[in-house]
Amino acid sequence: MDVRHEVITAKGIAAPKGRFAFLKKEWIRNKYLYLMLVPVLAYYLIFHYGPMYGLLMAFQKSYSPVKGILAGTWVGFDNFTSFFNSFYFWRLLRNTVILSMLSIVFGFPAPIILALLLNEVRHKWFKSTVQTVSYLPHFISVVVVVGMLNAFSALDGGLFNIIRSFFSLQPIMFFTEADMFRPMYVLSNIWQGAGWASIIFLAALANIDSQLYEAAKMDGAGRWKQLLHVTIPGIMPTMIIMLILRLGAVMNADFQKILLMQTASTYEVSDVISTFVYRSGVLEANYTYSTAIGLFNGVINFAFLVIANAISRKANSSSLW
Amino acid sequence: MKPTVGERIFDGLNTLLLLLVIFISVYPMLYIFNSSVSDPDALLRNRSFMFLPEGFQLEAYKQVLQNPKVYSGYINTLFYVTVGTAVNLLMTSLAAYALSRADLYGRKFMMKLITFTMFFGGGMIPTFLLVQNLGLVDSRMALILPAAISTFYFIIMKTNFESIPNEMIESARLDGANDFTILFRIVLPVSKAILAVMTLYYAVDHWNEYMGPLLYLRDQGLYPIQIVLRDILLSSSMESMGPGADTGYAIGENIKYATIIISTLPIVMVYPFIQKYFVQGALVGAVKQ
Repeated sequence: MDVRHEVITAKGIAAPKGRFAFLKKEWIRNKYLYLMLVPVLAYYLIFHYGPMYGLLMAFQKSYSPVKGILAGTWVGFDNFTSFFNSFYFWRLLRNTVILSMLSIVFGFPAPIILALLLNEVRHKWFKSTVQTVSYLPHFISVVVVVGMLNAFSALDGGLFNIIRSFFSLQPIMFFTEADMFRPMYVLSNIWQGAGWASIIFLAALANIDSQLYEAAKMDGAGRWKQLLHVTIPGIMPTMIIMLILRLGAVMNADFQKILLMQTASTYEVSDVISTFVYRSGVLEANYTYSTAIGLFNGVINFAFLVIANAISRKANSSSLW
Repeated sequence: MKPTVGERIFDGLNTLLLLLVIFISVYPMLYIFNSSVSDPDALLRNRSFMFLPEGFQLEAYKQVLQNPKVYSGYINTLFYVTVGTAVNLLMTSLAAYALSRADLYGRKFMMKLITFTMFFGGGMIPTFLLVQNLGLVDSRMALILPAAISTFYFIIMKTNFESIPNEMIESARLDGANDFTILFRIVLPVSKAILAVMTLYYAVDHWNEYMGPLLYLRDQGLYPIQIVLRDILLSSSMESMGPGADTGYAIGENIKYATIIISTLPIVMVYPFIQKYFVQGALVGAVKQ
């Protein structure tokens, strides 16, 4: 095949005779790219759009692996209404939203504050030392982090109770104490993630034009004024994008971590929609019911994302699309 | 300009705060290490902050390393990390290169199809049933195929490929190179940094993976290290240590601490070598689509 000839004609003036001729030309020109995309699209269709097709189960009575999805009995929104009326519904919704909100309220500013503090450091070596050390916890797996929390909460000689006795408080069982679940969850998330998440804000800080700082100095702005008028506006787009993404996962409290952390005695505060879906779907095989709950969760997330994005676009700033 | 008194106070406070950040990041690991080598009885009576070990023993480490489950978990994880990451890199490169070509017909539509999956999906149960129907339950592929491409990482890589000068690719085309040749001989070799970042991200994800094996593996022989760790760290009974681990409660706590150290050691060992890629990765990731 004469590649050179093809390139010339593709950019030539000869108008393609209709759609078919154009597609044929495109195929000849880019066929290897399309071949590359075959496994990629197959992957997305099977493993991402396949489960979306499976969502149809949410509107059915029961799931039969033999007959397939379309052979089931349709029951409309029955699965949803029985979930909304169930004893657990409000508890699950409340816990999911509270844990996410706490994570956003405390977890979202933490890396930004860390990045801003690091940005003010004048000694390069000190800055890079703090950065390197603060990334470390990110590489500890979630299982090990929960294992650490578990070891620290031992009644005899666990770190948490040693700290309590330091303030002359009685030792308690942290893992079965409902009041302790939220603080442990939120604080350990920050411990693990703040350093790593600060990277992206540091990158944004590094991209701010230094002339802006020079100009601010000329106008007599001190460091505080520079922070308010140059630094914060400079990283605002990054902050907004990160916040939109966070809001799009508002109903996804960290499933793996909560599942590992929760004990039967803390369900009152620790049981969230995703852990309930896991127990009900995977362990008890209520497939259609738990699919409906999962869909409810996904739709709320998606709505949050779209709304957050729209508000941000209206305010004439950054948006995802 | 000389710093004012206010600035100096701020600088001092800032340094103190960041030193506190260092301390908080490192102290739990220090505590765990010191506890793991401490004398079991001293550990139970412990009322100190463990800045130094109390007594000394390595029995706990012996116990953990002699546990066949830990051993097989490591071997399995090694497989998931190497094979899984290789599949990830190949698939992500193909996707990123093909969709970074501006003249590809249908590119916008395919991008929409792919990015949509970032924000909405079938969820846990339909995915679980799909994997079951494909006959992947209790096979190693269950941890590799469903996670073949991370959409987020794909976007990072595609953005990176888009910054490669188009002339380079066009001139290779004129020389008669096809797109596979261009990808493997030209694009990937000049993208070493992004490849390193991708390798790091994917490998860490496989290393940490816990949900996949929890859902898809019943056969204990396939368990990755994370599941083994959960059994050791979070089970109240010591039976998970297998027969012969009947050493009573005292050493049990030491075993937990030793397990944590042994499982984080590989990361800490490769850490200095991969460190330099973090910021690069973030800089790449910070580029807006």
